[in-house]
Amino acid sequence: MIRHLYANTGLLSRLVLRQDRVRLPIWLLALIGATLLVVNAFATLYSSQPKRQSMADTMMNPAMTAMVGPAYGIENYTIGAMLAHQMLLFTAVVVGIMNILLITRHTRAEEEDGRVELVRALPSGKLSNVTAAITVISGANVLLGLLTALGLIAMGVDSIGVEGSFLYGLSLSATGIFFAGLTAVFAQLCETARSAIGWSMAVLLIAYMTRAIGDVSSEALSWTSPFGWIVRTETFVNNIWGPVLLTFGAGVVLIGLTFYLNSIRDVEAGFLPSKPGRKKASPLLLSRIGLPFRLQRTALISWAVGMLVLGASYGSVLGDLESYFSEIEIMQEMLAQVKGVSMTEQFLTMLMAVLAMISTIFPMMAVLKLKGEENKGRTEHVLGRAISRNRLLGSYLVLAVFFSFLMVSLSAIGLGGAGISVMEDGLSFSTFYNSAVVYLPAMWVMLSVCVLIIGWAPRLSGLAWLYLIYSFIVVYLGSLFQFEEWVEKLTPFGHIPDMPVEDVSWPVLAALTAIAVVVTTIGFIGYNKRDIHG
Amino acid sequence: MTVLRTSNLTKHYGKVKALNGVDIEVRKGEVFGFIGPNGAGKSTTLRILLGILKATKGDAQIFGKDVWHDAVELHKRIAYVPGDVNLWPNLTGGEVIDLFVKMRGGSRTKKREELIHKFQFDPSKKCRSYSKGNRQKVALIAAFSSDADLYILDEPTSGLDPLMERVFQECVMEVKQEGKSVLLSSHILSEVERLCDRVAIIREGKIIETGSLAEMRHLTRTTLNVETKEPMPDLTGHDGVHNVEEKEGAYVFQVDSEKLDEVIAYISSFGVVKIESAPPTLEDLFMRHYEGTGAGGVV
Repeated sequence: MIRHLYANTGLLSRLVLRQDRVRLPIWLLALIGATLLVVNAFATLYSSQPKRQSMADTMMNPAMTAMVGPAYGIENYTIGAMLAHQMLLFTAVVVGIMNILLITRHTRAEEEDGRVELVRALPSGKLSNVTAAITVISGANVLLGLLTALGLIAMGVDSIGVEGSFLYGLSLSATGIFFAGLTAVFAQLCETARSAIGWSMAVLLIAYMTRAIGDVSSEALSWTSPFGWIVRTETFVNNIWGPVLLTFGAGVVLIGLTFYLNSIRDVEAGFLPSKPGRKKASPLLLSRIGLPFRLQRTALISWAVGMLVLGASYGSVLGDLESYFSEIEIMQEMLAQVKGVSMTEQFLTMLMAVLAMISTIFPMMAVLKLKGEENKGRTEHVLGRAISRNRLLGSYLVLAVFFSFLMVSLSAIGLGGAGISVMEDGLSFSTFYNSAVVYLPAMWVMLSVCVLIIGWAPRLSGLAWLYLIYSFIVVYLGSLFQFEEWVEKLTPFGHIPDMPVEDVSWPVLAALTAIAVVVTTIGFIGYNKRDIHG
Repeated sequence: MTVLRTSNLTKHYGKVKALNGVDIEVRKGEVFGFIGPNGAGKSTTLRILLGILKATKGDAQIFGKDVWHDAVELHKRIAYVPGDVNLWPNLTGGEVIDLFVKMRGGSRTKKREELIHKFQFDPSKKCRSYSKGNRQKVALIAAFSSDADLYILDEPTSGLDPLMERVFQECVMEVKQEGKSVLLSSHILSEVERLCDRVAIIREGKIIETGSLAEMRHLTRTTLNVETKEPMPDLTGHDGVHNVEEKEGAYVFQVDSEKLDEVIAYISSFGVVKIESAPPTLEDLFMRHYEGTGAGGVV
């Protein structure tokens, strides 16, 4: 009987491997490579004990504890302690995400697309499909752990011992297996792959948050989260194995639950009732920008949180910049000394340019979204009704302009908020904010280029991204490569005054805005003239 | 009264000629069938009429207004169902219906609920999960629940089951009775035959035949099923007779409409036991144009 449940599991496992023969190696190489690169970077940058101790000092605050977990081994902050303290949790989160995506892909997504039905019609067991998926992915997790451990040992860093390396690697494996099990359970409960991913990601996020709150205020709360367990291994310092076993055990229980749930349900059925959606449109959806807003709502939320966090993580390092820069030659070259201006302020101008360019990505996507809509044949629904082309393109542009303002503001708020809390003689918040929003005209020029492309040659939308990448290279690395002046002037970002080092130049900002308006107008003219494809 | 008129409508994509001088005319209160195989230019014509594509040459007017320049004004009076209904995966069917009605400048009506019921449609599901037929229902419900003067429907029933096809036909008849006009592109010929007053056939971007079904039948053949006392040895050779099949003294064959009189006279000389006649179907007509064979052809 038992055999019948698992018939053909071996063959199906090979099928899973065959499907992921590129995907899995990429995940593993990326994860292992990132870990080893960080070890290498730490070993080079923090080669002496005093340097490491000064790093340790910056880690001793609630913000860092919330982000990376409680500090340990801080009195003797070795490379190993630094690695486990600063990297283990982040890597574990990524491993969790990897497992959520891979398990859903091979369980509920296969089922939703009807492929499981095909397989079950062949002489294969009820549990074969889910067993094959879990076996292969769990195997990948163990392999990841072992290779990470071997890689760490091979780096030959004194403070990274054999036991610690294996503990580090297997912590990742156990977390992976836990999330594989968790996702597999949700794949049984939910009827669609999307909601299985949604629920699993939500649990991952909640686990991270409860650990963050718990680590700062109450340790008991941390013990409810698998991430709370994993940061308590105190790898490379005390090497506590208990949490790893706990995580692994919990994963096994979840996998058992998966098998049980799978055995009592029908193919393509779930346990959570799929919630019926709205039968009628809300007034918001029916408003002028309702549809484009709705289509980008989820992405908007993710980008908004992302920009805030990105700003905050840059901001959190502003505290000890002065001492840091004085030691790194490459940074001194990038930041030419200016009298009467602190290194931090100098760095701030570059940071702002980078943040502004990253803030431009989402608004550009918002304009170019119209091209995607056209390719999918959905623009026709809109233009086939009483909506003019100007109004259609306008609604996307208005949203994009609003997004540009929102994104750059959020990054400035994150940067300023975190920066002020860690700096001793802090800059004022308005300094941060002003030096960010000054980039808006440049962002609008980028948006106008997108409108131009949508209007005349939607196929060339790649050019808009090339232009942004060009801007990034020129502005970010410009002083390092010593480009000619005109190279920098080809991008709108190269014209923006470097606040707070330079003063604001209204004529420049006005000129950029005027260019944006003219280019946008030309784009609208083209959009009114051309065929709609799709 | 003419509601829609195109003259010499031409569309080139580079060197490819998608349309090559299309002339059609839809009159008020009629259902006009637009038939042709895939790639003949049906959708291109309709999309020009909607102002989504710009004609290379020629003129297209609806209600006396230019379809390109006055698109927005015109669309307030037009309901359109595209051939491929692609919807936003994360919106529900109900939301999309409301959105479509609103985009035409209308608002939610009682008609909407009636149609949802008639088409047995579940508006609470995300469009991601709808089959092709269900996506078409979204477009059809939105179209028929709005108060338009002209309905432009591009192969609207290709994904519907026979029951739903019937509902669709009722909807078309209903708007016709209200004096509205319908331009229906289709390759389901039985449907066109049942619904349409006049028909245009398009081939390779050119209208090759247009007129009422009665007029067009004139140009084609009637199928006869005849049993006679004596065998008819020379039937195959008779002028105007085609595709003769003989089975146990019964003959099934086709006769050119203009030769019908002579052929009947000829048959009756053999002593008719049974005679059944079937009018030419649109399919016969259509196939004849596409095969490019047959006497008295108009090709």
